[in-house]
Amino acid sequence: MYHKEKSIQIKNSASALYNNLGVLRIAPRRLTYFTVVHANVVNMVSASWDGLNYSHRQLQSKEPNVATSTSLIMQAAFCVLPSRDLLVVTSQKGIQMYESDGSIMVYWHALDTPETPTAQAVFARGISAVWENYICVGVSSGAILVFDVPSKGSNITLSEVVEEHKEPITDIASECSGSQECIADMVSADDGGNLCVWKSGEEFQLLNKIPGFDMSCSSVKLWKGTVAAGYGTGQIRLYEAVTGILHVEINAHARWIYSLDIAPFSGLLLSAAEDSLVRVWHLTLTPETNTVEVAHLHNECVTDTQICGAKFCDGDGYAFAVTGYDLSEIIRYTQT
Amino acid sequence: MSMRTLPLVFINLGGEMLYILDQRLQAQNTSEDNSEKVMNDIVGTMFSKSFMDELLKPQQLYSHRTMKTVLTRLAHTSIMRLNPASMDRLYELMVMAFKYQVFLCPRPKDLLLISYNHIDTIREFVKDTPAVLNQVEETHRKIIEVLLRVSLFLKNKVQNPNGRFALGTSGPVPYKTDVPGLIRAFDRKGREVRRHEFPTGGSYSSPLRVGSFDLHGDRVIRLGLNMYVSYFIHVHGVQSQTDNTPNLLAKEELNLLARLMGSMKAEHTPNTETVFRINLFTTDAEEEEAGASGGTEESLFGVINIQAMQDEQAATELARIAGQFMEQDEPVENPSSSKGDDLLAMMDDLS
Repeated sequence: MYHKEKSIQIKNSASALYNNLGVLRIAPRRLTYFTVVHANVVNMVSASWDGLNYSHRQLQSKEPNVATSTSLIMQAAFCVLPSRDLLVVTSQKGIQMYESDGSIMVYWHALDTPETPTAQAVFARGISAVWENYICVGVSSGAILVFDVPSKGSNITLSEVVEEHKEPITDIASECSGSQECIADMVSADDGGNLCVWKSGEEFQLLNKIPGFDMSCSSVKLWKGTVAAGYGTGQIRLYEAVTGILHVEINAHARWIYSLDIAPFSGLLLSAAEDSLVRVWHLTLTPETNTVEVAHLHNECVTDTQICGAKFCDGDGYAFAVTGYDLSEIIRYTQT
Repeated sequence: MSMRTLPLVFINLGGEMLYILDQRLQAQNTSEDNSEKVMNDIVGTMFSKSFMDELLKPQQLYSHRTMKTVLTRLAHTSIMRLNPASMDRLYELMVMAFKYQVFLCPRPKDLLLISYNHIDTIREFVKDTPAVLNQVEETHRKIIEVLLRVSLFLKNKVQNPNGRFALGTSGPVPYKTDVPGLIRAFDRKGREVRRHEFPTGGSYSSPLRVGSFDLHGDRVIRLGLNMYVSYFIHVHGVQSQTDNTPNLLAKEELNLLARLMGSMKAEHTPNTETVFRINLFTTDAEEEEAGASGGTEESLFGVINIQAMQDEQAATELARIAGQFMEQDEPVENPSSSKGDDLLAMMDDLS
């Protein structure tokens, strides 16, 4: 179903972090940007679609006006809003937002760090663009920071802090940005496996809480009102977002899941785990009966590699890319 | 993410170091008395109360540089001597072994079992010296108390881009993980309405029984046991890249180093007549070659005779050592911190 394409070599290897691959497709310029986190650096590659041009760039986790900083980066992700695209980088010190090509930092938000180190580390993790003008970022305390992003410029402001989770946020996902109206448009997950479903707005509204089973939920996606959640047990669960009803449970992987992605136009689901496997599934939603069906389509084994990032490169799921712990390349697969 | 992982890293790396040293001591036909003395001295220091208390404070993991310096200091609290090439080799082997264990660790909590495997084997090494054995047991108890709730360990500490470990797609799944291959669908009332299977591309089996997290018990997991006992391993020189990136946390690390070194007891100062050399390579010629060919450029120290002294003396000595670190490793892109920074002044600033 898929075959391997030429890999993109990157300067450093990928760190063992959840969702460690960012992809942004820029159709007008026939380019795709990729981001891979390594310790305190984000490796960015801009790849032309004809496969002839690759340009690299590195972004450091850095506070403005501070000469040196080695705070570890937890995640880098592209946020696509109707008016603009931004690259958000979260670390132990704070949150940086760049123009999507990584050229200029437009915003910096510092996290409150305690005077003496506590048993729980402080960091930001979990990034998503929500609706038309919000970027939501999770924090190790379980809080979610909601930033209001203007269509141009750097006048980004912290609009709200929602505190519902009690454990560090692992991932945030959304759907219906810009165009359609959805009942629920954001879902957040934490290290205890708990999920919260939200409706965005001037004040974010909590619609539902789906409890975990004491196992970290490392990656979460929202599609047509269905939450897809990947857990440390290797299981994927599909819930109806608003009601919390469990539709499907898949014993998908033998080790910790690190990344999930959904191709919104085709309903393809991508899962990747520490067991060296990437799996492609197909989701079918039947609105009349309110059921979800899952079919397994394909496996790819990245030999001897603990996979830490996997994303579709386009909305149909025609191609996907994968990163692995200690691997200094972005592996790509395309449909045959 | 936990701020309590440093003691685990230390015990596991220290454990691997002891396994390797034990193997080398035997390979070099060292007398039983000397071997026992070396093990007792190192284990005694490693598990000393003050040292462990320092490690158990919540803090970040520090770089290879600090880890290596502390472990070298630890190795030299015994009557054994390692020249820089052998020390580099020893460190590479230790890190590689530990990285292998973390990589294959089935689930995060099992990292504790791996640590307990190390502690169990260390107990065996010092079982004839009650004082040291006691220290090990005390520390083990303290760790069980403090660390049982560590749930996730980040791999950034042991990242090193050389060689890949074999990761199989068969075998037992971790405890509490279901064997992959099943898709179950439920109705709105939570009743299972359909189940079907999919090809996993591997051959997995049910989990093994859980290992024991008590002071004594069957750990079940084999990772962390001494892999050098049953056979002699000829390990090719893995030329790992010592972390060359400028260490911007240098000041804080030196601070930690000062505290750790300060807590190493003065009575471990060796009597120079009884010291003997240990070689990590198969022949002395090989060791010399490795030393000349570039290992030493990357090693952070020449010949430094460190005596564990207290208070002002220690601080002055550390200032001198710190001076050497700063000269060699101060990054060019860091003009704001001047090269001649006095460690004492830095420590004052930080407190």
